[in-house]
Amino acid sequence: MGFWHNQLTGPTDPARDAGWEDEQPRKGFFTDTSICIGCKACEVACKEWNALPQDGDLDLLGSSYDNTGSLGASTWRHVAFIEQSGDRIEEARESGRKLVDLGMPAIGAPVTPSGNGTDTAFATAQATAARELGTLPDFRWLMSSDVCKHCTHAACLDVCPTGALFRTEFGTVVVQDDVCNGCGYCVAACPFGVIERRDGDDTVKNVGVAQKCTLCYDRIGHDQTPACAQACPTTSIKFGDLDEMQAQAQERVAALHDNGFTEARVYGGNEHDGVGGTGSVFLLLDEPEVYGLPPDPVVTTADLPDMYRKAGMAAVAMLVMAAGAFVGGRK
Amino acid sequence: MVPDVKFDSYYGRQVVKPAPWEADIPAYIFLGGLAAGSGLLGAGAVARDLPTLRRNSRYAAIAAVAAGGLALVRDLGKPRRALNMMRTVKLTSPMSVGSWILSAFGAFAGLAVATEAGRHLVDDDSTLGRARRVADPVATVGSALFAPPLAAYTAVLLADTATPTWHESYRELPFVFVGSANAAAAGLALLTTPSSQTGPARKLAVIGAAVEMAALERMERAMGDVVAEPLHQGRPGSLLRASKILTLGGALGAAALGGNRSAAAVSGLALMAGSVCTRFGVFEAGIHSAKDPRYTVTPQRERLERRRSEGVTHDSITTGRQ
Ligand code: SF4
Ligand code: SF4
Repeated sequence: MGFWHNQLTGPTDPARDAGWEDEQPRKGFFTDTSICIGCKACEVACKEWNALPQDGDLDLLGSSYDNTGSLGASTWRHVAFIEQSGDRIEEARESGRKLVDLGMPAIGAPVTPSGNGTDTAFATAQATAARELGTLPDFRWLMSSDVCKHCTHAACLDVCPTGALFRTEFGTVVVQDDVCNGCGYCVAACPFGVIERRDGDDTVKNVGVAQKCTLCYDRIGHDQTPACAQACPTTSIKFGDLDEMQAQAQERVAALHDNGFTEARVYGGNEHDGVGGTGSVFLLLDEPEVYGLPPDPVVTTADLPDMYRKAGMAAVAMLVMAAGAFVGGRK
Repeated sequence: MVPDVKFDSYYGRQVVKPAPWEADIPAYIFLGGLAAGSGLLGAGAVARDLPTLRRNSRYAAIAAVAAGGLALVRDLGKPRRALNMMRTVKLTSPMSVGSWILSAFGAFAGLAVATEAGRHLVDDDSTLGRARRVADPVATVGSALFAPPLAAYTAVLLADTATPTWHESYRELPFVFVGSANAAAAGLALLTTPSSQTGPARKLAVIGAAVEMAALERMERAMGDVVAEPLHQGRPGSLLRASKILTLGGALGAAALGGNRSAAAVSGLALMAGSVCTRFGVFEAGIHSAKDPRYTVTPQRERLERRRSEGVTHDSITTGRQ
C-alpha cells in the first residue's frame, strides 16, 4: 500500500521515482499571464520548432482573438483570450483576496530568484501606474498561454499501456512517437485535457499517435530554452528550474497584491495538490475555470488501488454467481 | 455548509478530452464480458457433465474473445503496432493489465476449443489423444480463472480516466459489468443450447441480471446528481432504460419460460441486447460527461469549496499570496 501511495499521490521527486540516477534539477515553466499581450508568438514558435501540422480547419471560432480553440495533438501552446467587464474584474479581485484570507500555506522551498529583476521592477511600475490612473477599468482582456502541466503524478503516463510516455531526467513527461500505438488512453486520463491523438490522412506526421508538449526535450538537453519561452517578447513565459519558477511566481503575486491587484493568484506548483504539483506554474488573474483550467484536478490513478480492489471483489462475485448457478437443482 | 458554487467555463469548451474511442470499445466490452461468461459456463458444464452446453460455451468464448480483440485493434490509432501492448507489464495501466488478461484468457479459450474439436478428430488412446485429455482440464480451469478478471477489468479501464461519469462510477461499475457479462453469456447459451442442458444458464441469467440491475441502481444513486445526469439524459439515458427492460424481461423469460426452446431463445436474445445497451449506455454517458465542462468543473468546484469551508487549504492547486 505504501509503495502504491508514493507512486500515485503526494509530494515526490518524479525523476528519481522513474529511476534516473543522474537526474537534473526539475525543469518547468512559469507563465505569467499578467504580462501576456496575446501575440501568440509562443504558439507559432512551438509549431515551427516541433514541425506541428495544421490543427483542424481554419475557422473563426467567435471567441475573441482565440481561433485555435484548445491544446491538442497539434497545438502545444494555446493562447486563451477572455473579455471581461468591470463587475467581473471586481469579482476576480474579491476571489483573489479571499484566497489570501484563507491563509494558504507556503509551498515549495523558499528560493531567492536569481533573475535580473527587471521583470518585477517593470511589472511593479506598470501596476503602480494603473493604480494611479484609477483602480477599476470597465473592461479587461485576459490572455493566457496554456501548456502541458508536466504533472508530478501524470495520469497520461500512468495509464499508458505501451510505455510510450516516459519521465525524463528533467522530471518532464514525453511521448515516444515510434512506440505509441494510438490506444488513446492517455487522452481520457489527463485531468487538464492536454494530450490528444493526432487525426489526419497518411501524409500527416505521427498521425494516429498521441502528441503533446515535450517541454522541448530536444532543446533543454542542450541547454537551450524551449521555443515558446525563447520567442515570448514580454517574458510572460519563463523557463528554468522548477523551484526557481515557483519562487518567481510567488514574488510576482506579492508585487501585484502590493499594488492592489488582488486578483492575482498562482495556479500549479503546489506539491500537495491533486496531481502532486505541476511542472508548469501559472499566474492567473481569475478563477482557473475562466481560462478553461480545472479548479481541483485530481490524478485519476490516485484511486487506482481502490478500483482494483473493487474489481477484484466483483471478479470473485462473478465466480460465486457461476458456482451458484451450477450447484444443486436440476440440470 | 458548502457555499453555492458558480459555474464558469471558457466559452463552454470541454476541460478534459473525451477518449478518442468509437463503437469498437463498448462492443469490445460487451464481447469480452460475453466471452468471460461463456468461459465460466463452459467450465461449469464440464463439472456438471453437460456436453452440449460445454461445447457451445467453449465455441462462444473463443468467437467472442477473437471478435473483441479485433475490435480493440481496429480502434487503435496505429493498428499495426497492436503488439506494443505486450512490450511491458504496467500495473498502473488497466489497459496493460487487461491486455495480459485478455491474452491469457484467449490462450485458454483457444486450448479449450482445440481439445473440444479434438474429441472427434483424435483417438483418445493415441499420443495426441492423451495430450488432449491432459489439456482439457487445464483449459477448463484456465478459462474459469481468467474469465472474472476479463469481465471486471473493463470497468477499471473506463473508471481510471478523468472522464467524470466513468471515474465516479468506479465503486459499482465492476459489479454492473460482471453481472451483465454473466447475463449475456447465459443469454447466448439459451439461444444455442437445447433447454435440457440450460438449467444452470437460466439460473445464471437471473443472478447476473439481478446483480447488474442492483449495482446499476446503486451506482446512479451513489454518484452525485450532477455526474449521474448523463446516465439519464439523451441517447445514453434511452440505452440504459432499454437495458433495464431487456435485462429484466430476459431474466424473467428465462426463469419462467426457459423450458420452452423458442421462449428461451427470445429471452436469451433480450439478455444479450440488454448487455449491449448497458455497455453502450455507460460508454456514451462518459463521453458526454467529458465533452460538457459542467460535469468536470461543478463537482471539482464543489469539493474544493467544501474543503475550504472545513478549513482545509493546503491541497488546492490555486494559491494566493503567502
Ligand atoms: S497535463 Fe496531462 S498530458 Fe500533461 S503531464 Fe499532466 S496528465 Fe500528462
Ligand atoms: S495513445 Fe500512445 S501514449 Fe497514449 S496511452 Fe496509448 S500508447 Fe500510450
